[in-house]
Order: sequence, then C-alpha cells, then structure tokens
Amino acid sequence: MTSQPQQAAATEPVQAEGLARLREWRSFRVRAEHVRDYGILVVFLAMFLFLTFKSPVFLTKDNLLNLLYNNSGVGIAACAVTVVVICGNFDLSLGGIFILSALLAAWVAVHWNIWLAFPVALAAGVLMGLINGLLVTKLRVNAFLATLASGLVFFGIDKAVSGGTAIYPGTSSGGSVHEGNIWTFLGQNKLGGSGGVQYPVIIFAVVAIVLQIVLARTVFGRHVYGIGGNREAARLSGLKVDRIIIITFVIAGFAAGLAGLLEYSAQGQGSPGDPTSQALALAAIAGVALGGTSIFGGVGSVWRTVIGVLMLGLITNGFNLLGVPDFYQDIVRGGLIVVAVAIGSMVERR
Amino acid sequence: MSDVRTSPIRLVGISKRYAGTKALDDVSLEIEAGTVHGLVGANGAGKSTLGKIIGGLVRPDDGQMEVDGRPVRYATPADARADGIALIAQELALVPFLTVMENVFLGVEPHRRGFVTRRHMRQQYAELVSRWGFGVRSDALVGSLRAADRQKVEILRAVATNSRVIVMDEPTSSLTHVETERLHSMIRVLRENGTTIVYVSHFLDEVLELADAVTVLRNGRLVRTASAADETEAMLVAGMFGAAVEAEHFEKPEHSGAPVVFEVEGVRREGILNDVSFSIREGEIVGLAGLVGSGRTELARAIAGADPVDGGRIRVDGRDCRISSPGDAIRSGIAFLPESRKEDGLFMDLTLAANTTFAHVQTVASRLGFVRPIVERSKSRSLLHFLSVDPPSPSARAGNLSGGNQQKVLFARWLFKRPRVLILDEPTRGVDVGARAAIHRLINDLAAEGAAILLISSELEEVLGLAHRVLVIRRGAIVREFAADPPLGDVMEAAFGLAGTSA
Repeated sequence: MTSQPQQAAATEPVQAEGLARLREWRSFRVRAEHVRDYGILVVFLAMFLFLTFKSPVFLTKDNLLNLLYNNSGVGIAACAVTVVVICGNFDLSLGGIFILSALLAAWVAVHWNIWLAFPVALAAGVLMGLINGLLVTKLRVNAFLATLASGLVFFGIDKAVSGGTAIYPGTSSGGSVHEGNIWTFLGQNKLGGSGGVQYPVIIFAVVAIVLQIVLARTVFGRHVYGIGGNREAARLSGLKVDRIIIITFVIAGFAAGLAGLLEYSAQGQGSPGDPTSQALALAAIAGVALGGTSIFGGVGSVWRTVIGVLMLGLITNGFNLLGVPDFYQDIVRGGLIVVAVAIGSMVERR
Repeated sequence: MSDVRTSPIRLVGISKRYAGTKALDDVSLEIEAGTVHGLVGANGAGKSTLGKIIGGLVRPDDGQMEVDGRPVRYATPADARADGIALIAQELALVPFLTVMENVFLGVEPHRRGFVTRRHMRQQYAELVSRWGFGVRSDALVGSLRAADRQKVEILRAVATNSRVIVMDEPTSSLTHVETERLHSMIRVLRENGTTIVYVSHFLDEVLELADAVTVLRNGRLVRTASAADETEAMLVAGMFGAAVEAEHFEKPEHSGAPVVFEVEGVRREGILNDVSFSIREGEIVGLAGLVGSGRTELARAIAGADPVDGGRIRVDGRDCRISSPGDAIRSGIAFLPESRKEDGLFMDLTLAANTTFAHVQTVASRLGFVRPIVERSKSRSLLHFLSVDPPSPSARAGNLSGGNQQKVLFARWLFKRPRVLILDEPTRGVDVGARAAIHRLINDLAAEGAAILLISSELEEVLGLAHRVLVIRRGAIVREFAADPPLGDVMEAAFGLAGTSA
C-alpha cells in the first residue's frame, strides 16, 4: 500500500471520529443492556474478592495457576466452540474429538514415531471438525444432531482402536524413557522451570487471545457474527456461508484435538474414554452460556467465554478451599447458568 | 348506535421508555365501545407500542389504563384476553404445524377430563363461521395458508374467546388490495356486532375509510383524537409531521440514447419465471408492476442470484455475467435490496457500522483481514449522514432503530460501493411518509448519477411516480411495457390480464 498521501487524508476523519465518540460517551448511562453485558464481570470480581478475603491460600500464585491449569482443556475447547455458537451452530462432539485425537496420537507414538504424534492429533481434530462442518452444511443435518451423532461415532472409534485399554507411549509399551518424556513434556512441564507457568495454561491463553482477535477484529469474525445473526441476509450480502460455517467447525475440531493432546500428555497416556471427555462438550458450552454468548447465535465473544469457564473453575477451587461439600458445586453452577441466561433474555424481552 | 356511548378503554398519562428513548410520553385517550378507532403516526411515533400496551404485550412505565372504568395492569397478553381484549400483532402469533381449527381454539379447547373433544370443537368452529360469515377450511395447516387467511384465523381466534376489543397492528401490511377490502368488510361486521376495533396503520386512506375516530401520535406524544369524518389525509399527515409534506414530482428524462447497462435475456425458472427479457439503460428507473404471486419478487431474486434459475443470460455493461449466487451478482455490480429487511436484510444485533459495511468489509480492512475500526466508523458515519439516518451513530444497534431508519441503513449497505445495477424490492414497505419521500428522492438521485434501477413495489402509485418506464409482469412473464406516466387503470388491467395484453 502507498502510505504517504493516504495518511494525510486519513487524519481529518480520524479527528472528527474522536469528537463524535466523545459526544456518545457523554450521554452514557447505566442501562439494562449493561447489566446483561457486564454483569458477569462484576460477579466474577466479587467472587474473586470474596475468596481472597475468605481463604488465605486463594490469592497465591500456585493456587491461581492451578485454577488455570485445571481449566485449560475445557477453556481451549470452550473458546473455540464460542466461534461455532456465534455462527449459529452447536458442537456436541468436542469430547469425542478430544479423546480420539489424543488416542490416535498415542497410537502413532507407539507404532510409528513419537514426533508424528503431535501433527497427527491436530490433523485428526481438523478432519473431525471438517466432517462435522460438511454434515451441517452439505447434508443439512441440524448441528445439534449432527455433532451428537458424530461424537458417538468418534467415541466408538476410540474404543475400537484402543481395544478398551489405554495406550502408554514410553517404556510400558516397549518404547524408551526418552519417548515417554517427549509425550508428557507439554502436559507436565512448566515454562521457566518448577516455579514457572504450565504449558497448557500458556497455550490456553494464546488460543483465547487469538480467537478473541479473530472474532472481534477480522473480516472473518464479522462474517461469523453476521451468519449467526441473520443467515439469509449474510448470504444475500454475497458471503460463502457454507464455507465459513465449515471453518468454524474446523476451528472447534482443531482446538478439541489440541486440548485432548494436552490432557493426555499430562496423564502420560492415550485413553479409551474417560469422564473428562464425556463431560467436555457440555462443560464447554456451559462456560459459553455463562459468559453471556447467545446460544441462538449472532451475539457473544471469546473473552466472555474465558470469564465463564474461569467462573465455573472458581467455584470448584473456592469450594474446595473453604471445605464446602462437593455436591453443592454443581447446584451452584447450574443456578448461575440459569441466572445468567435469564438476565440475558429478560433484557431482550423488555 | 345508541346515544350514550361507553368507553371500554381509557388511557391516562401513559408513558413508555425503550433503552433511553421515549416511545410514549404522557398519552391519554378514550376508545368508545363498538367503534373502529384508528391510531396513526410516523414510524417511531409510538402507535404500535400503544396498541401493544392495550393488548397487554407491553407494560407502560407510567400512567393508568382503565377497562370498563376499572384500573387494570396487564402482565401478559393472556391477562388482557381474560378481560376480552385480543391483540393481533404485526407478526402473527399462530402455530404453523397445527390446523386452522386447532389454532382458533388454542388454549380454550373444549375438553373432557383433559382430553380434547374434537367433535365439540368442530361444532363450535362451524357455529363461529356461520355467525361471523367468514371462515377458512378448518383442517388446513396454518403454515400452508396465505397471509390473508392467517389473519382470518387470528380474527376467528379473537372472537372465539369472546373478545370485545380487538387491537390490530398494521393488519394490511402484507395483504393485497383485494384482501384488504375483505378484511375491512370483516371489521365492519365485527363493529356491527358491537366489537371495538383498535386499528393501528400507516395507510391513512384505509384509516379514514374505516375508522369512526382517529388518534394521531407524533414522537410518542398525543397530537389529537378526532372524529374520522372531520379529518383528511392532508390533515393527518400534517399532524404526524407537524408540517405539510408535499408529494414530490420527479422529472422523467428520455433514455433512448443512453448506453444499455443491464440486460436480462430469457431468464427461466420452471413454473415461476417464463422466458423473461428486458434491459435497463444508464440512469433509467424501470418499474416492475404486477400482482402478488405474479413473479415480480421471484424475478428480482433470480437476477440477483438469490434463487437458482433454469436458464437465461444476464449482461452488465455488455459483459456476460455468470450469476449463481448473490456473491456473483455483487461482483458483477448488481445490488439487491430484498423485500423483507427483518428477515433478509439487517443484522439486528450488529452495529450500524457493521451493517453498512457488511457486504464489503474487505474494503475497510487491512490486507491481513483486520477490520480497521476508525476507517469503518468514519465511512459508515458519512453514509448515515448522507442518508439522514437517525441516530447517525455507527455504534447504535440496528435493532433499536425505527423501520424507516432501518431501511435507510440497508440502502447504506448497498451504496457503500456504488452499484451499476440496483434492484429494489418494496423499498418503502413499512416506512413512514417522511422517510418514504426521502427514499424516493434518493432513488431518483441515484438514477441521475447513472445507476440502472429496477423498482418493484406493490404500491402502483410508487412505481408510476418514479419509473421512467414500466414493465408489467403476470404469471412469470413480462406482458406489457409502458412509457413514463402511464394511466394507472391501463397498468392495472394489464396486471390483471384483462385487456390489451397483446400490445
């Protein structure tokens, strides 16, 4: 781009723009929409402060990093499925992608080569996402049902490949100690040594920031919001709607594969189905909904999902620290989601 | 009618705010029993809101509503129905997968021990139809009915629950002329039987023809309530806008020398479009007139790539264009404003900036695909100012605007990059008189700047007022062509296929 003359022309509208924005800010008042849009932040901060005062352990580096570490897998999946949800779809197959990607990676590590394991996990995730996208766009299967079904299939393949037993890259399956260490490196180590930050936390942060920027700032992100808000209008505006929907599913598949890889790297195995994976899709979508992203599409953002996921994690963490019995946790989580969604739709109705 | 008229509904000092703007401000009025009461006003004047308050769909922030002299506060439309007040909203509220009869008795099904007794239902339906003199086939699925028939079902539903007051919000906006006439005779039957009708509409001629009393609103405030016999259309318009708005007359230049911009040749679609050919020259406005179902919207959608076609050629500036999707049409310089801005046009949750730039976001983005917000906002702001959208604020949400302003935002999207060919399907539907005049001026100006425009409207006056040439479509084929300002009667005849179709 030739920059010189363009810049000169750009300054004037920029100044006018600044003045106009200032005028808009002056007439600012707190309204019902603001409660819906930012209430979640206020509640999150309140809980954070409450736990800080109630528990001496809460506001320590170790505890907060643990909170992030324990939620990094769900967090990565939730950030990615946010894109799918805003585009007006749904992905219930995340758990299946999560576990099958990791299992295939472990299988490749044992049977082929440990270094191939990582690209295989991510490629498997992308492929499964692509299948979901094609089912939803080309076969026109409702996303809810398509991904429910594909998730079942992925879980089934996982069991068939594993034969019902976990695959351990490393010594127990005839490999070297070195290979085992490569497999567990990302899941069990920290950047900057023992006092540093776990790699999954860093990867979660990178995924969240990248997806937030993609949705809020790019042409692709704008198209995602448009399709979720009014699909026909987006089509009439010249968008290749199917292609964009497929990409959103591929993003979700990639992220679920990545999350699976990190989870089972931490566990040192590839697993034939476990409770984490069964609950993953719903946990991720719970985070999305709690953050305030509309499950009907068109409205929401990734930072909201991060807050939603961390809030759910905060409940587990805080309850454990305060010694509150486990079974209250799910009740509180469920209640919070209902309140968040109800506030959202009450503001819409007015 | 008897000398002593009772007022089943009295409103005192009603106010309602939406997201900081006042939709209604201290409105008081009385509606007399057994009359048709018209509510008129520009878009955003508050007439629909007032209707919804009477029908229990919206709760006022302030003020008092009395029914039969008794103060009421409705929380839901069901509360209002229990008092005999039924609301027939703009968006009809029927269940598409149930039959006509089931919809009519929805919530008041005749039953025994929790089981619906279909025999009684059928009997009651027959009684209803014979009493009111209009009906719809009882076992037809509501989803398969035309708009006019669905409206009948809504009315039957209202009378089946013994409603004494029926609020109708823009009941004729999706009806043809004939259907409107039929609706009006139904309303007269209802009135003769003592039902009170609140008729919210922006069709002033209809209100004057039908109503006993008219209430005029402007910017959420009451202007006046008067007997319809004392009002004229000009007086109502003056009341709605505070000053007289004159219908503008547009020059209609000759275009025979101008280069042909847009050519359509033999466009076909099985059972819908039958070998349609026409062309539009630079700066020319071609009007497309036809009845509902004649194929006028289908033609627009076909040439804009919105619907598939079975064959035909389209040329822009002499170049052949392969158009198999809306994207292809846009790249060829064809812009299409669809008939329904809510369903096919706007993104209600997005900002005006995003709405205006949506079809061409790339042009306000960096090469890497990042939208440049400052550039986007300033470009969008200047377009919003140019089209005098209120508020001209790029950060406002499209869903918070009135109908006329929403339509202007949609224009802004297609003017963002000046199109060679502009296809307008019902550009002023559901838009108030002021915005309508502004849009007419805009269409005329765009043509003067060289765009080729195809104008489709169910209002013949609009087509004739603007078009430099008029095509009449009937049963998917162009049956006749007129030069500028043809006699309205001739165009109607051609559209109905009565005479002269061989010309």
